[in-house]
Amino acid sequence: MRYAAPTTIDEARALLASDADAIVFAGATDVVPQMRAGRPEPSMVIDLKKIDRLMSVSLDGDTWQVGAAAPSSALTSNAAFAADFPGLTEAAGLIGSDQIQNRSSLGGNLCNASPAADSVPALVVNDAVAVIAGADGERRVPVADVVTGPGQTSLAHDEIVVCFELARPAGGTSDAYLRLIPRTEMDIAVVGAGVRISLDGDGVVSAASVALGAVAPTVVRVPAAEAALVGSSLDDAALAAAAAAASDACNPIDDKRGTINYRRQVAGVLTRRAAGIAADRIRTRNGQNGAS
Amino acid sequence: MSTTEAAASTGTNGNGASGYRWVGTRPVRHDGLDKVAGKARYAADLNLPGMLYGHILRSPHPHARIVSIDTSAAEAMPGVKAVVTGADFPEAPPKGATRNLMCTVIARDTVLYSGHAVAAVAASTRREAKAAAEAIEVTYELLPHVLNISDAMADDAPVLHDNLFTRGVEPRPTEPSNIAARTVYERGDVEQGFAEADIVIEREFSTQAVHQGYIEPHACVVDCDQEGKAVIWASSQGHFKVRSATAEVLGWDTSRIKVIPAEIGGGFGGKTTIYIEPVAALLSTKAGRPVKIVMSREDVFRATGPAPGAIIKMKVGARNDGTITTAKAWLAYENGAFQGMAAMLGCMCVVSAYTLDHLYVEGFDVVLNRPVNVAYRAPSAPAAAFAMDSVVDEIAERVGMDPIDLRIHNCPSQGDPTPYGPKWPMIGLRECLEAIRDSDHYQSALPAGQGRGVASGFWFNIGEASSATVNLNENGTATVITGSPDIGGSRASMALMAAEELGLDVHLIQPVVGDTEVVGFTDVTEGSRATFATGMAVVEACRDLKEQLRKRAAKTWDCDVEEVEWVDGSAVHGPGEQEPLTLAAITGNAKRTGGPLGATASLNARGAGPAFSVQVADVSVDQETGRVTVERYTTAQDAGTAIHPSYVEGQMQGGVVQGIGWALNEEYIYSDDGNLENPGFLDYRIPVASDLPMIETCIVEVPNPSHPYGVRGVGEVGIVPPLPVMANAVADATGVRISDLPLSPPRVLEALTAAES
Repeated sequence: MRYAAPTTIDEARALLASDADAIVFAGATDVVPQMRAGRPEPSMVIDLKKIDRLMSVSLDGDTWQVGAAAPSSALTSNAAFAADFPGLTEAAGLIGSDQIQNRSSLGGNLCNASPAADSVPALVVNDAVAVIAGADGERRVPVADVVTGPGQTSLAHDEIVVCFELARPAGGTSDAYLRLIPRTEMDIAVVGAGVRISLDGDGVVSAASVALGAVAPTVVRVPAAEAALVGSSLDDAALAAAAAAASDACNPIDDKRGTINYRRQVAGVLTRRAAGIAADRIRTRNGQNGAS
Repeated sequence: MSTTEAAASTGTNGNGASGYRWVGTRPVRHDGLDKVAGKARYAADLNLPGMLYGHILRSPHPHARIVSIDTSAAEAMPGVKAVVTGADFPEAPPKGATRNLMCTVIARDTVLYSGHAVAAVAASTRREAKAAAEAIEVTYELLPHVLNISDAMADDAPVLHDNLFTRGVEPRPTEPSNIAARTVYERGDVEQGFAEADIVIEREFSTQAVHQGYIEPHACVVDCDQEGKAVIWASSQGHFKVRSATAEVLGWDTSRIKVIPAEIGGGFGGKTTIYIEPVAALLSTKAGRPVKIVMSREDVFRATGPAPGAIIKMKVGARNDGTITTAKAWLAYENGAFQGMAAMLGCMCVVSAYTLDHLYVEGFDVVLNRPVNVAYRAPSAPAAAFAMDSVVDEIAERVGMDPIDLRIHNCPSQGDPTPYGPKWPMIGLRECLEAIRDSDHYQSALPAGQGRGVASGFWFNIGEASSATVNLNENGTATVITGSPDIGGSRASMALMAAEELGLDVHLIQPVVGDTEVVGFTDVTEGSRATFATGMAVVEACRDLKEQLRKRAAKTWDCDVEEVEWVDGSAVHGPGEQEPLTLAAITGNAKRTGGPLGATASLNARGAGPAFSVQVADVSVDQETGRVTVERYTTAQDAGTAIHPSYVEGQMQGGVVQGIGWALNEEYIYSDDGNLENPGFLDYRIPVASDLPMIETCIVEVPNPSHPYGVRGVGEVGIVPPLPVMANAVADATGVRISDLPLSPPRVLEALTAAES
């Protein structure tokens, strides 16, 4: 097995194109354990962490550019980013241990294509766009369209996710991500729920996004839950309707991490709680703004 | 700050070890710096010139006949130096403990669990060894398998061993079955007891098999020479056991084997047996080179010691005043692929924390297609306590009595009969109950929304054989050599007892774990015996040395030895005509008074004091997700005398944490085809540090009269109460009693949902 550490996207793509068996990694926190567990070793592993653009986190006008290989800790330690996307930051900060978070990345978390990836529901509710470099230059794809099934993506072999573009949320908007794990850390989501809410001046929901992880082969966007929230003031009935819609949207499996019934039930609970947290964040921020 | 200052500044535990200079203090452990600095050497750290790597091929089937094994392709692969299969090992006897050990190390005609070793390769690199092992062609004839107790006990169950006939049943069965043995303990008349009881509660409980979860996988390096002698470096709970068991499997004389103990990264009972050493020895013999075998975590889960799952039916009768009069228990324990004695131990433990007039306890040891049981801290007692203390909790609720008061009301004392026969010696159960009752935790109001649970636990503790050699060095220091690996701070405890005896600063004592050729025979560390029994040998050797030191002083002073006393590390002349002679002065002059000073003691320790623990926990339960959070936890345990209180507390806390894991999330998940689906720490969920509050400890000291310092073993009993403590706390928090472990979020939510509808 050969190890390559290119410093440019073109170089990385050329290496990838030269070897049908080569794989890229953006942290290797999934790839290395998978190999130890018996995944066949590829002929070449290409480390993306030496490419500046993939490692940078920057605000360009009203758009955040998050390098696909930037470590989770680069997000959790970035106060401005965390203020714009508290839910996504939480999701990135839930992956593995502190040591893992110095390696793990949003690009890796997405392209590993685990149904239980923590950051993906949070990226989806924030309408994140993946910038993908390929033979014909760069293309922009909604994050929700990158993963096509467990371990499967829509990327061609010689394509690389470069970064994520995230539009800064308008005022009155915030997000939250919750997951259920039996432990407190070092675990994989049995259910994950990302919610983004926008409130108008009267406290009525003007927009909502709901996405669930670990309840279907890919992340599930839940329009029925979003519809239940929009136009409401997040009263109990609206939250209950959103929770029921989230439960209904699940297409989970029975496995060692949870049963179908359990996942359905908890998906609703987490959706309701995450919506409440996102709304509280907006109200807190508005309160602070009002006071200043 | 020097280590000596640290010892002095941390002082004594202040709860009973008064009168001792060293016993009861908390010096920095002698092996501590190497361990925190990453310098301590574990078995997997050793590399020898020319060393090969061994890889074991394991069965993918839970039950199958081995039709043939073709190793020719593997032998032809690059780097391969030796291949062995069951056929290379001596023939196993038709039944008995030796057969079970031999057939656990490597399968013969039949594989009995997924993960059962069937062949092994030694090659120049790990990769070559693994690739070659995978190239071995094994043809299996699949046999039906059984994975749980109910299926294995069924009349039409596939039978694992056609020569296994249930013991303890009259007349002796004529058909083989998976029920290896039946055990009965009885006293009084239970039917009369139930008839006279005001309250009778009858419940059925189940617990899942769990793993000891030691962080260090099994590892060894074996080097066999041309004369047929083997040196084994291994991580174990007892290197003399590694020697005898390896010899037993290979049919060798023990004198052919020397075992050098490596540091051990956790055992908890799971390293009281062997798996890989005989395989490495045969590979090394064949290849003429040293061979290292290190298990993967997956191997550890698939092929090494689970503690058994159990099904227990309890029926308990009590009077309205809280007096428990009668208990009837039916216990069935998994044994794994070969017969053990799990149910027998469960029978002995199940009601041991209570006095009862009427008792009928019946237990069944059941074999099934899982790896064979190995000891895990107080083996069998946790499941038994789960059943009994859950029912006792219900009785307390029904009679409206505080659950601690009810336990004190029913507490056995010295001279009362144990459920299994002999009378209780001096025990500290009542003191532990009182310690919890009086604790800050129990006296504090339960925070709103939380539930509180209490339970008690018993474990026998044992003595067995131990040896120690203590040598006094010419500079006035001492070397204490024992045959007990240091699993939980025993080097420090041995040094403290030697320091107390000799009157020597504990840091002038070097505690050493000696190999099988430098120290006398010492049994494996089990039954919480090391500080008790090996400590006794250290004390005996030190007392011998004190006699020698007095004689040397008498010789120096030309006086009668009776005129010499040993006081605070010096020989003191009784009549006062001589200046005291320090230990260093005597050893420095030893050449002129008769030569070097050393002493050895070997003994069979008798009178291990039984251990009890009482614990309380506060939990909160997320009613919508079923997640249980441990908010506060306090444990009281009778240590007899705490030699090094920090390591006593460490044992208490460690046992509690493992018990909480067993209660809340740990379980083996098997697929229908008999393969383990969670052979790793991601999906086999032992608790992580952030899952738990600091476990508060209260060391109770009711000295054991059989030990010179009153020591009782402390390593095991702490794991017994947490199962019922958690179940009782969850019941208190939710109003719903769950009698099947683990109390994982899906199971708790299911129970809460069912209770609602």
